[in-house]
Amino acid sequence: MNDLDHRPVYMDHAATTFMKPEVLAAMAPYFSRYFGNPSSLYRFAGESRQGVEEARGQVGAALRAEPNEIFFCAGGSEADNWAIKGAALANRKSGDHIVTSPIEHHAVLHTCAWLEKQGFSVTYLPVDEFGRVDPGDVEDAITDKTTLVSVMMANNEIGTIQPVAEIGRVAHDHGVLFHTDAVQAVGAVPIDVDTMGIDLLSLSGHKFYGPKGTGALYIRRGTRVENLIHGGAQEQRRRAGTENVPGIVGLGRAIELVTADIEGHNRRIAAMRDRLVRGVLGSIPDARLNGHPIERLANNANFSFRYVEGESILLLLDARGICASTGSACSSASLEPSHVLLAIGLPHEEAHGSLRLTLGDANTEEDVDCVLEVLPEVIGRLRQISPLTPAPARMPEVD
Amino acid sequence: MYTERVMEEFTNPKNVGELVDADGVGEVGNPACGDIMRIYLKVEEDRITDVRFRTFGCAAAIASSSMATRMVRGMTLSEAWDLSNADVVDALGGLPPAKVHCSVLARDAIRAAINDYRTRQGLPPRETGPCGCCGGAGCGSHPENG
Repeated sequence: MNDLDHRPVYMDHAATTFMKPEVLAAMAPYFSRYFGNPSSLYRFAGESRQGVEEARGQVGAALRAEPNEIFFCAGGSEADNWAIKGAALANRKSGDHIVTSPIEHHAVLHTCAWLEKQGFSVTYLPVDEFGRVDPGDVEDAITDKTTLVSVMMANNEIGTIQPVAEIGRVAHDHGVLFHTDAVQAVGAVPIDVDTMGIDLLSLSGHKFYGPKGTGALYIRRGTRVENLIHGGAQEQRRRAGTENVPGIVGLGRAIELVTADIEGHNRRIAAMRDRLVRGVLGSIPDARLNGHPIERLANNANFSFRYVEGESILLLLDARGICASTGSACSSASLEPSHVLLAIGLPHEEAHGSLRLTLGDANTEEDVDCVLEVLPEVIGRLRQISPLTPAPARMPEVD
Repeated sequence: MYTERVMEEFTNPKNVGELVDADGVGEVGNPACGDIMRIYLKVEEDRITDVRFRTFGCAAAIASSSMATRMVRGMTLSEAWDLSNADVVDALGGLPPAKVHCSVLARDAIRAAINDYRTRQGLPPRETGPCGCCGGAGCGSHPENG
């Protein structure tokens, strides 16, 4: 059992992660001790500069890229905006067409929508019932006006992993740039920008036990990308603004830690996740797992429960100390259910009844036990209240 | 985001269920919107003697259903008709702006149940306002409202 007097059972690591003590320790000296501006000339500032450059090397190593192809910024959303706007605008003379998928993060989709208002055209590829993009469809969508393909490496809601290397190959065969939003993939999918044919890659520190407000864009050497943030000459003149030195140092240390043993980490997390999925589907009728059964992030479980609504599920779980997430409209400001769940063909009703559980480093088998105990009760209680629940599936009335 | 009273009403809702011998049943909303409310009324001498609800929806929808059914119990049909969504919101200690439509749905469900009762009694249904879930835009879930 769990209540709020205890540590919550945190199963929302796709939303954000706690910061590892090693990361905090690496950052600590850069707040007050080595506070110098990396752009300053005196030797004292060299410590800050060195911290930033060491982090650049750590990120480069994690992506199998050169350090000078890594550009720090303020997070995943900025990296996505920069990559897509930057590539579209810099290559406008060659064409004005972008290819992407309908299940991208809003940082990609809303950026594409903005570019459409500026006169660009965007093709949204179909996805299958698991949310996978077919590289053949990418090939079909590319025209002589296409300058950029942007497909995420792994989906934040349903965890589906895309055939990125195949998509990269198709893009390069046609001389088109390939951007991938790898915000959810870092530390879960081994990344090699060369073998995967990636020209631009976005990542975000707080998704892998690093600090919030930190991110990076990988830009393959020679790739034409306009700047997004104009000003000083930081980041090889490509991203202005005094560097967030402690944040960058933390990002570097975090990516080093999280990519040290991806396979071992995935094995441990997937074992817990699989027990969770089996337990939930085995104990709750009229439930389904959303996303790809195999090609998915090791930590992601996304369910739909018929007859009930996601925000209600979340709040009852929260009352029992479990932190989770939903694609229901009722939990969003837009009152529209998740675009991802609708794109994979879920009816509105089942998109409203979705629950995302994403595991992470601090989760234990006891956490899984707790969810397996509480969730069937929560779903049963809400089904008791719902007019959609078929009568035989309902327990006797309580009042 | 929610007041304590909303959370209390949501986690311990009253009047959940249905009445097999209901004198009037009203349903509003639709699953695509993420909200459905169904309200059952028992009426004796123009007064609501029993009321039950079933709701598919968020915490605000369930709390609004529970609160509204508690409020109309014992009211005359005319008093129940005049229950406003603001009355429900006040009783809940407030709702976030994006959730106020849930209280409108509760009012509409009660009115739909009253009109169902009137129809069964051979009385003309009373005019209802614009739909609470679609604001009159026409969500297709309540043709009786136009």
